[in-house]
Amino acid sequence: MQANTLSGGFTKPAAQSAHAFRRVLEAMARPGTIQDIEGAAPPAPMSPAMGAVLLTLCDTETPVYLAGDMDCEAVRTWLAFHTGAPFVGPAHCMFAVGSWDALAPLAVYPIGTSEYPDRSATLIVERSELSVKGATLTGPGIKGQTTLSVPDVDAFQTNRKLFPLGLDFILTSGARLAALPRSTKVS
Amino acid sequence: MYVAVKGGERAIQNAHAWLAEERRGPTDIAELGITQIREQLSLAVNRVMAEGSLYDPDLAALAIKQARGDLIEAIFLIRAYRTTLPRFGASEPVDTGIMACDRRISATFKDLPGGQVLGPTFDYTHRLLDFKLAADGEAPNAPSREPETGNVPHVTEFLNREGLIEEVPHDDTPPPDLTREPLEMPADRALRLQALTRADEGFTLGLAYSTQRGYGRNHAFVGELRIGSVPVEMDIPELGFSVEIGEVILTECETVNQFTGSKTEPPQFTRGYGLVFGQTERKAISMALVDRALRWEELGEDNVGAPAQDAEFVLYHADNIQATGFLEHIKLPHYVDFQSELELVRKLRHEAGAQQVQEAAE
Amino acid sequence: MTEYNFAYLDEQTKRMIRRAILKGLAIPGYQVPFASREMPMPYGWGTGGVQVSAAVLTPDDTFKVIDQGADDTTNAVSIRTFFQRTAGVVTTTATRDATVIQTRHRIPEEPLHEGQILVYQVPIPEPLRFLEPRESETRKMHSLEEYGLMHVKLYEDISRHGHIATSYAYPVKVEGRYVMDPSPIPKFDNPKLGDMAAIQLFGAGREQRIYALPPYTQVVSLDFEDHPFEASKANHCCGMCGATDSYLDELIIDDAGGRMFVCSDTDYCEARQAMGHKGKDAA
Repeated sequence: MQANTLSGGFTKPAAQSAHAFRRVLEAMARPGTIQDIEGAAPPAPMSPAMGAVLLTLCDTETPVYLAGDMDCEAVRTWLAFHTGAPFVGPAHCMFAVGSWDALAPLAVYPIGTSEYPDRSATLIVERSELSVKGATLTGPGIKGQTTLSVPDVDAFQTNRKLFPLGLDFILTSGARLAALPRSTKVS
Repeated sequence: MYVAVKGGERAIQNAHAWLAEERRGPTDIAELGITQIREQLSLAVNRVMAEGSLYDPDLAALAIKQARGDLIEAIFLIRAYRTTLPRFGASEPVDTGIMACDRRISATFKDLPGGQVLGPTFDYTHRLLDFKLAADGEAPNAPSREPETGNVPHVTEFLNREGLIEEVPHDDTPPPDLTREPLEMPADRALRLQALTRADEGFTLGLAYSTQRGYGRNHAFVGELRIGSVPVEMDIPELGFSVEIGEVILTECETVNQFTGSKTEPPQFTRGYGLVFGQTERKAISMALVDRALRWEELGEDNVGAPAQDAEFVLYHADNIQATGFLEHIKLPHYVDFQSELELVRKLRHEAGAQQVQEAAE
Repeated sequence: MTEYNFAYLDEQTKRMIRRAILKGLAIPGYQVPFASREMPMPYGWGTGGVQVSAAVLTPDDTFKVIDQGADDTTNAVSIRTFFQRTAGVVTTTATRDATVIQTRHRIPEEPLHEGQILVYQVPIPEPLRFLEPRESETRKMHSLEEYGLMHVKLYEDISRHGHIATSYAYPVKVEGRYVMDPSPIPKFDNPKLGDMAAIQLFGAGREQRIYALPPYTQVVSLDFEDHPFEASKANHCCGMCGATDSYLDELIIDDAGGRMFVCSDTDYCEARQAMGHKGKDAA
């Protein structure tokens, strides 16, 4: 338990977080593309991809909401040790992590304000698998259209209607991730 | 035939080498030491510490030496260094009530507990060049006495006891950090004071002066000006109590300003506040006046459109590192944008010319 | 320079910038406030671009810096040297070989490809700033999509000069929502902003703003039906490589005021010359 908490972080933080960030950046810039990401070995039930995203983006300045079975002792202590991120409820989080069902309902997360739409939550959703087959995506970052396995078409359509407000999503599975920013139209 | 200009890298290296040589000057003249700057140009050192937001007289002296005496350049060096320093935590708020005062004056009361202490001031010196300083002078020796010990009560507290001055409610909310968060409007007073304490001295002075001349006048009296050292304490969670980690010299100015009042509230004086690193009293007084001017809204005063009342104008233009960088950047190449303007102006002139020819023909 | 972290900035600062970049990508054209740090180079000299580059660079990147389209202008040299020292990255002048390109005032002539990131240095990120100096007001205008003032300004130009009198930093509308300043690139470059394969990131250090254009984003230069936008350049060809399609610098070459025109994109020009293209002023 103790060993698990202390290990699994980036061993070369500057270089590893730079590489990991570029994967997240590519994913967010090109919605629907699936990126490989490595460097983290978090405790279950968190995937290595989700762990790497959190190590890359979180610190003492980013309140994190752990949903459902992510809210366990092993994840809490690991994340606290490696990032120092404070844990909060969904209404005040900058990042929320969990399975799609555990993260619902989406209406509770901050979606930004009309003057500061960036002050919104990013939801990191753990998926059993990620595939380029599924719903059709269009919008910025996508040449023409693309497809991706998404958890719930309706929810993304509702989110898109809030634009420029809204939530941004990073989907993780194993050592892979994809992103769905609020600007993406899902059908 | 035309050959494109190359060799930017070598030009830069050579320019830097020349700069280093100019900084040193003729080698038959003794080199200036950091300790000499620190001890003999201490007011320059204080300004660099205040506007550099880093209390370290040795580094400030080094920056002044490296910057060839250009204080804004020295402040820039300090700021760029400061931003790389790790943060171990925040100190407890310093208590200026226990300041070991070198100087403490009040313009509002002739005498008061703790007394008026002139201290090492230029006030009342006749500004006559002292040609003795041009030669090697004897080390001057000033009379001394035992320092005052114990608390030095603030003048405004005496007014407060009678309810004559506005009460400032105690507030333990951690203030925002200007150097870690983007500056956004509206800025609360804590943020405004933070910006003003590192603001350019000349800019702050000019704004403060403008309030005295009627651009947002607020009738300031220097209730008290004090300069001296205060202990800095830091809470160490592992120990469970706070320990003194050093001391800093500060200049604090509290002004007693224009009173307010209404049918329901009896008249009360209002406050302006200045607190600056080092012996920097021109800056501290200026800061207090500008602080007071910026408070027009909370005190229910009219906005007369004075520059010193305009928080956005003051805060976005008070930082000399931002200002000097952007000002000086216009000497960088702008061939591309200039070329696009040139083409546009040529086109417009060409069309105007064609039109005139046509009108003449008609 | 072992005493400084990889790419100079500390990890916490990089995380803060990285979060801002991601929000910028999610809301194309919207200016995300960020806590810009004091850099060891002056504000106005690319501190925003440098911070963005520092946040995206990995040790495996190949980095190119241009100023006015040229790799050899002094400030481009200075920024390139900075990252060679602090990040140890490989540098290049070849546009197609670079994975990250930091630029001031130009978009390279050669179309960029996927896998590349173009980082712009931005002096004044707010396109409405010269119409309304107050940040509190312009922020409101963006939130309400209140861009009438901008159209009035452009139309006043037309009534006075017969043309829109903005030749660089020409405002654009992104995905039909935010009006954005493309940084002081000549309007000749504006058509390259939209539908670009590369990621475009914009950093304004002094003004503490980051914004972004994901690849293949719709970017439209503001105009009017009766006065459509027109990308323009000097009506000459390059004296060195003979290119007719590149943006040109104008040089004064003798005391009589003789002029010649040369590609502002030095890599483009040199590559063409290497391929045997020759302008009328080339040796």
